[in-house]
Amino acid sequence: MKFAGDVLLRNVCSRVYVLALIVSVWILLRGHNEPGGGFIGGLVAAAASIALAMAFGAELAARRFPFRAPVRCGVLGVLITVASGVPALWRGEAYLTHPWSKLELGVFSLDLSSVLLFDLGVYLCVWGALGGLALELLELDASEDQA
Amino acid sequence: MLALAPLLVPLVTALVTALAASRPRTQRVLSFAGSLAFLAAAALLLERVNTGETLRIAFGAWPIEHGIGFAIDRLGGLMVFVTALMGFATLLYAESDVDAPRRAPYLAPLVHGLLAGVAASFATADLFNLYVWFELMLVCAAGLLVLGGRLRQLDGALKYLALNLLGTLLLLVGVAMVYGLTGRLAFDELRSASEHVAAAPLSAVLGLLVLALLLKSGAFPLFSWLPAAYPTLPAPLLALFAGLLTKVGAYAILRLVADVVPRAPTLYDGAFATALGWIAAATMLAGVLGAAYHWDLRRILAFHIVSQIGYILLAIALGSTAGASAAIFYTVHHIVVKANLFLVAGLVASATGSYDLRRSGGVLAARPWLAALFAVPALSLVGIPPFSGFWAKWLVLRESLALGRYAWAAVALLVSALTLYSVAKIWLEAFWKPLPAHVEANSAATPTEQRPALAACALLGLVTLSISFAPQALVEFADAAALALRGGGQQ
Amino acid sequence: MLALALALAVTCAAGAYLATSRDVLRAVIGLSLLGSAVNLVLLAAGRLGPSAPPILEEGRSAFGAVANPLPQALVLTAIVIGFALTCFALVLVLRLMQAARVDDTAQLRFAEPPAVDTVKPPEESDELAERTDGAAALRRRDEPC
Repeated sequence: MKFAGDVLLRNVCSRVYVLALIVSVWILLRGHNEPGGGFIGGLVAAAASIALAMAFGAELAARRFPFRAPVRCGVLGVLITVASGVPALWRGEAYLTHPWSKLELGVFSLDLSSVLLFDLGVYLCVWGALGGLALELLELDASEDQA
Repeated sequence: MLALAPLLVPLVTALVTALAASRPRTQRVLSFAGSLAFLAAAALLLERVNTGETLRIAFGAWPIEHGIGFAIDRLGGLMVFVTALMGFATLLYAESDVDAPRRAPYLAPLVHGLLAGVAASFATADLFNLYVWFELMLVCAAGLLVLGGRLRQLDGALKYLALNLLGTLLLLVGVAMVYGLTGRLAFDELRSASEHVAAAPLSAVLGLLVLALLLKSGAFPLFSWLPAAYPTLPAPLLALFAGLLTKVGAYAILRLVADVVPRAPTLYDGAFATALGWIAAATMLAGVLGAAYHWDLRRILAFHIVSQIGYILLAIALGSTAGASAAIFYTVHHIVVKANLFLVAGLVASATGSYDLRRSGGVLAARPWLAALFAVPALSLVGIPPFSGFWAKWLVLRESLALGRYAWAAVALLVSALTLYSVAKIWLEAFWKPLPAHVEANSAATPTEQRPALAACALLGLVTLSISFAPQALVEFADAAALALRGGGQQ
Repeated sequence: MLALALALAVTCAAGAYLATSRDVLRAVIGLSLLGSAVNLVLLAAGRLGPSAPPILEEGRSAFGAVANPLPQALVLTAIVIGFALTCFALVLVLRLMQAARVDDTAQLRFAEPPAVDTVKPPEESDELAERTDGAAALRRRDEPC
């Protein structure tokens, strides 16, 4: 897919990519008590990867994924999700029971839990799976253009 | 924690083999290790549930009305064990190069993902969770169907996907209706809630759920996706699909009709059960007549799947504890025999160079041991004593005669005779008659490594023989499992 | 409630019309529309009532009139699964159209060839010979893909 305004697209998309990734991480971290979470964060990150792929091509966008490949990113995401339920087993509770603790940092306190690990796994899975799928479709399109 | 094994062991194996996709040797070792671990865990699970204990998990420690849980009783434990056995046998067969699937990097993850979906749907105790595992099975099955990338496979995969997606949507509507009617989704809660719901809406909702599951299990008249899509698969994957996927649908119907809604057979003075029984009879006939028409070995056996599912549905429709027990026995017998037949069919086709019966022949003369490997599951399928099929059909027939369902028993006997015709056709065309003169022996299709394939077929044949000559153990287990349904019986 | 029922009816009708279309891509879109309709059914089954988010303020211990969160969780799962299946179906259909060069479902008869003879079943394409070539297959299987 070649656009006439190639330079414009590349410049805009490389900046949009960084911004969108930051937004997606913010959405991920905010997700527990407010709208947000791993799934929607992953969707925004996948959108960022698609924007990058439209400007620079699917191969380069695929290399920019965590762990260098979309499928590996997705699979490791699911592994992190599955692993986040294991601490509950060590504590003798049912699988996927998430322990909470408070971290006091002087003037404010952070609530920590393994739910964040679960959500992070979902984030990576959705980014890898949907981003990878979209890149695959873009490659299909490109190969059709050449054929 | 053992109750987690049906889901976690194959799932983690799938993920780990997906990570090792670029190293085929490592991937094979991991895949086998995972499969053996699953088999061991399933055997332990079976031992535990055999004492009458139901293993439960409530995920996230949520209370039952808000959370998802697993509950593995005798029936669930038996099905999980058979799943693990099938997974191991097909992976063993895939080690040979008899009609081998193309060595795609994601073959092993998809197979283990499929096993995870199947095993988890046997373990789950929540209606919506059942839908989720059905979806996992659907995605992995569609992925395995397209693995060769050939036009036939893409086309078959599209037909499979479209119709099963429709079935999934119907299932979801049924689940929504159940939630709307009772406000509950867990099996334990539904059992008590369904007692207080009026018969008319309950039977409509149950009918919708059962319709969706009938589509998934390949019952009349919604079975056309099965003989369209299955014959495009290579032999080991075909055996896995044939053995497991339709049986999950039948298991879900058994769970609903006998356990979650125990008054289902008596709704409207038994009209619900009668309708299910006639659908089962039509399924049996449609399947065996389709098998009698075709000449491609895979299509014949695919139609036989449909026909035998009819027997299981008939046993469920009988509605009694003995009927449920017969259904459980038949399911186990059928999974083993059907998978074995497909694996042997792969060996036969590699011996003659073709799956088409018109182009094959002379296998008895060339490989007599293959004839023996074929004879065990084939005679069992027909129901010749003393093989396992005879006991299975006898249990079904005895119960249907005891309940006065003479028409269904007559259909079952007729279908047995037609199955005999179909199996005899396979024997005469592929084994007995000499190779047709116009077909030169296809040396390009001679596999060099057959021993894993033979080992897999021999393993499943041994299982069938042990059920055949010592059926009492399985019959007792099935009886105890059926008694434990309906929420009763602390044994 | 009537508006929801009407919307459902229209979506189902549109989805069913598209799903039975001869164009394969439209069939996928139709199935996806049917999926959306089913998600609406799930939501409606939980009864449409108050729309306040089911979130407790700090210090409070009981809910007022809030929306039922369980159907929302069910619909979310159903949307994700339906989305994934639609994506997979799209890629499948695109590859099928590329390989077969037709997009007409009536012409997609590769898995089940139509019968040319009124009595005998059609000859099937035999892929067994193409798939196995013995030792070469065994060697190929251990090469990295």
